[in-house]
Amino acid sequence: MEIIQKLFANELIVSILLSLLPLVFIIAYALVVLYTEMKVAAHIQDRVAYMRTGWHGLLQPIADMLKLLQKEDIIPDKADKLLFRLAPIIAFVGTYAAYAVLPFSSIYIGSNINLGAFFLVAVGSLVVVGILMAGWASNNKWSLFGGVRSAAQMISYEIPTAIAIIIVVMITGSLNLQDVTKFQDGGIGNWVVFGGPSPWLQKLMLMPFTIITFFILFVSSIAEVNRTPFDLPEAESELVQGFNTEYSGMRFAMFYLSEYANLFTVSAVGIALFLGGWSSPFGTFMSGPVWGIFWFVAKAYIFVLVQIWVRWTLPRLRVDQLMYVSWKVLTPWLFVCLLSVGLILVL
Amino acid sequence: MLTEFGKAFIFLLLGVIFVVLGLFGAWIFRPHRPYPEKNATYECGEEPVGSAWIRLNVRFYVIALVFLIFDVEVAVLFPWALVYRQFGLFGFLEMAVFLVILFVGYAYVWIKGDLDWDKPKPEISVIKRTIVTAIGMDSKHVFVDDDEMVE
Repeated sequence: MEIIQKLFANELIVSILLSLLPLVFIIAYALVVLYTEMKVAAHIQDRVAYMRTGWHGLLQPIADMLKLLQKEDIIPDKADKLLFRLAPIIAFVGTYAAYAVLPFSSIYIGSNINLGAFFLVAVGSLVVVGILMAGWASNNKWSLFGGVRSAAQMISYEIPTAIAIIIVVMITGSLNLQDVTKFQDGGIGNWVVFGGPSPWLQKLMLMPFTIITFFILFVSSIAEVNRTPFDLPEAESELVQGFNTEYSGMRFAMFYLSEYANLFTVSAVGIALFLGGWSSPFGTFMSGPVWGIFWFVAKAYIFVLVQIWVRWTLPRLRVDQLMYVSWKVLTPWLFVCLLSVGLILVL
Repeated sequence: MLTEFGKAFIFLLLGVIFVVLGLFGAWIFRPHRPYPEKNATYECGEEPVGSAWIRLNVRFYVIALVFLIFDVEVAVLFPWALVYRQFGLFGFLEMAVFLVILFVGYAYVWIKGDLDWDKPKPEISVIKRTIVTAIGMDSKHVFVDDDEMVE
């Protein structure tokens, strides 16, 4: 008993344990979202998906995980072996580091740094490095094209994402996502997507721009996680699987996990910036630290569901359309929003 | 004394440890039976032709350069946005000047066509061609690509 007390007195051990919570959450969430995605996809396409493992195939994600654990790990002879081994680590580290600044509740945030949003943009780029590394190291034509395309796409859409974050930072005056969320606390009307808690005239003027910004952030966050309609890096019909063609077994699972964890990250960032994060939409009703976790996860999960819905509804874009959307539509519109919001705030 | 950045560093370390442990766990369970054919590069079942480390389309580099310019600009905008409310109109004008200069570069890149990717040539449908031939118009003037028209 004393040993346990001593352990919990140690600041380092406590913070390591606290940092492990998001990891547990990612694994649980990945199982749920894998199941949801397959079921939603199936019902959109008028199929039933998993039915045999457990009730309505509920055990299928666990079966998949066990299967991946037993798969042989193949490293091609011609691959760059060091980079090939390093790539999944870098991709996952970039993904997991982002969870450090997500405010799950008013009392829980992994690392309460005052640079939160900037940190997010920075570690988000680490995923690009991992994917590019995987594509290059495989020494496979599909992988190389997939990796390079993926990098081009992710860096193109990083600009709109970052500018959308900047617009929110201008309104809230903080880079810390916890402070950004606290700024929006107190009901649906205070959310940044509806102009934040400003005087009503300012709010009314801000609203069109914040809604456009939110929509653009949503579009570019789908592109950031390489999902349909922006899934060119993994275009199955032309690039086999893109950057992870040569990966198998657990290494592939790591890429897969990092992709789904990223899906949650972009959703969580979207709701923390625009939709009030952990704050309850009904003001003081159903609010508090525990309800905070509920609202945060529920909002993010709805966001994830919309992304799944979009994935199975829209066809894939062409490469030139992809670049067109990012550079010639989203970026100019965001500059318009940036200047307008700036002008409204000082007037 | 653990700072908040130290906690962020713990997250980075945990990411590495999780992947390494996961791979080690799989290493215990999985079979190890490699042979040359299995370890060959995948190329749709054919024997791979040459190395994949080839030269890439130069457009990727152009996109990377344009990204670099915008990313630096974003990095400059972050601290500005943070203290924006304290600066007031002065801050707005200051950044407007900066953005206008950036916009000149953006317009240059746009006009030069570096933001365009290769487009597939639009195919002229048989029906359209027949109609045009029937009414005796010179098809050359009707079906010019947008890009060709500039030249």
